[in-house]
Amino acid sequence: MIWKIFLFILLVFVSIAGIAFPIVENPNAWYQFPFIPGLEENAKIIFFHVPTAWLTVIAFLMSTIFSFRYLRTKNLDEDAKAYASAQLGMIFCILATVTGAVWAKFAWGSFWSWDPRQTSIFAILLIYGALFALRSSIESEDKRATLSAVYSLIAFVTVPFFIFVMPRIMKGLHPGSADDTNAGPIVDFKMNSSMQLIFFLSLIGFTILYFWMWRVGYRSIIIKDKLDKQQIISDKSVLGG
Amino acid sequence: MIAKAYALFKKDFSSELRTRYAINSLAMFIIVAISVILFSIGNETINESLTGGLFWVVIFFTAMSGLARAFVSEEERGTTLTLQLIASPSTVFSGKLIFNLILVFCMNLVISLLYSALFENFIVQNFSLFLVTFILGNIGLAVASTIIAAIIAKAGAKGTLYPVLSFPILLPLILTCVQLTLFSFDGTSFEEAQFELAIVVGYDVIMFTASYMLFDFIWKD
Repeated sequence: MIWKIFLFILLVFVSIAGIAFPIVENPNAWYQFPFIPGLEENAKIIFFHVPTAWLTVIAFLMSTIFSFRYLRTKNLDEDAKAYASAQLGMIFCILATVTGAVWAKFAWGSFWSWDPRQTSIFAILLIYGALFALRSSIESEDKRATLSAVYSLIAFVTVPFFIFVMPRIMKGLHPGSADDTNAGPIVDFKMNSSMQLIFFLSLIGFTILYFWMWRVGYRSIIIKDKLDKQQIISDKSVLGG
Repeated sequence: MIAKAYALFKKDFSSELRTRYAINSLAMFIIVAISVILFSIGNETINESLTGGLFWVVIFFTAMSGLARAFVSEEERGTTLTLQLIASPSTVFSGKLIFNLILVFCMNLVISLLYSALFENFIVQNFSLFLVTFILGNIGLAVASTIIAAIIAKAGAKGTLYPVLSFPILLPLILTCVQLTLFSFDGTSFEEAQFELAIVVGYDVIMFTASYMLFDFIWKD
């Protein structure tokens, strides 16, 4: 309960601070953000867009870890954990894509321009979509768990190509790209301490939110499976089977 | 083990020669796809980068139409259990991989020949770079599509699912290969293209290792 109250206060603070704190040329007070050339007021999206993109990757990583554990133990609870994480990852992936596209409309002039980061997030969206398409096509529980675990492991080995390699071979507009001259890697030195504080608080808040939602998600999947099995057993006994 | 894998490949090869299902459908698909592109172009001349992109579009969709058969045919004929009894998973994977590799090489050779004959701007300046790209790209394509074909066969041979599952896996390979093909059109030297070549080599090695290790879990259920 205390965790939930803490999380609520943290996220409320991050939302208010991220939207309301002013951006000024020479920040003096603790609540003022610096003016970053080329980003200006658009820079504030970092408090909401970057955590969703971060959680997309974290959810994918967690899903892969539990898929791997499923393949080793063949325990369906691990599959439920992987599935719940993938569901959350899909939600955060859509959020990151949409917020990024809306931001790009104002920063770059168009919603979509096949920037390397946009290509990568699109590919991760496709991987999640393919994973759910695969899961929905298989009836048998064990087979579904095994095949989706194998698929997510194979998909996971391609992720380094999207994160590290794609920005090298394609020209990038995204802040923090290799050839980004005007905005630079903003996380490192363009943010002042107040901006960094809000940014890392936002990351922590969203990460706790993810773990809380994930726990609720996988528990509900496990309980639902259990109830379904009881239903089948009681139906059998009513029918005299 | 190599001898066993070769025996499995020979079995697939002779059964393919008997029905000629994959070869016929692939050949027809190549002709249909290229003629659709030629009709849509009409009398216009398309530039080099579009030619290079369309080359890999045809390769991707041809692979998607023909390579799914590798394991689906075993499931359809009900011979999966026999194979599980007489051969280890790695043997089965190697045998199927050899078959798909040869299929991919034949198919892409035909596509390349047709492209160089039919498209004006398909002019390769640096032929050795194109050849290396061609070989590495084909290996990656064959490995990734073989493991996805195994998943599809176990999922109940859903034909529409195959391109959906393969596309995100093949995307890094195809994007890099398109880039390398354009380099070979421009006559870029090996030194300038070495980063892209390293990506493709890395993709092939990683994908082969991952597929080889994970195939056991798909095959034994």
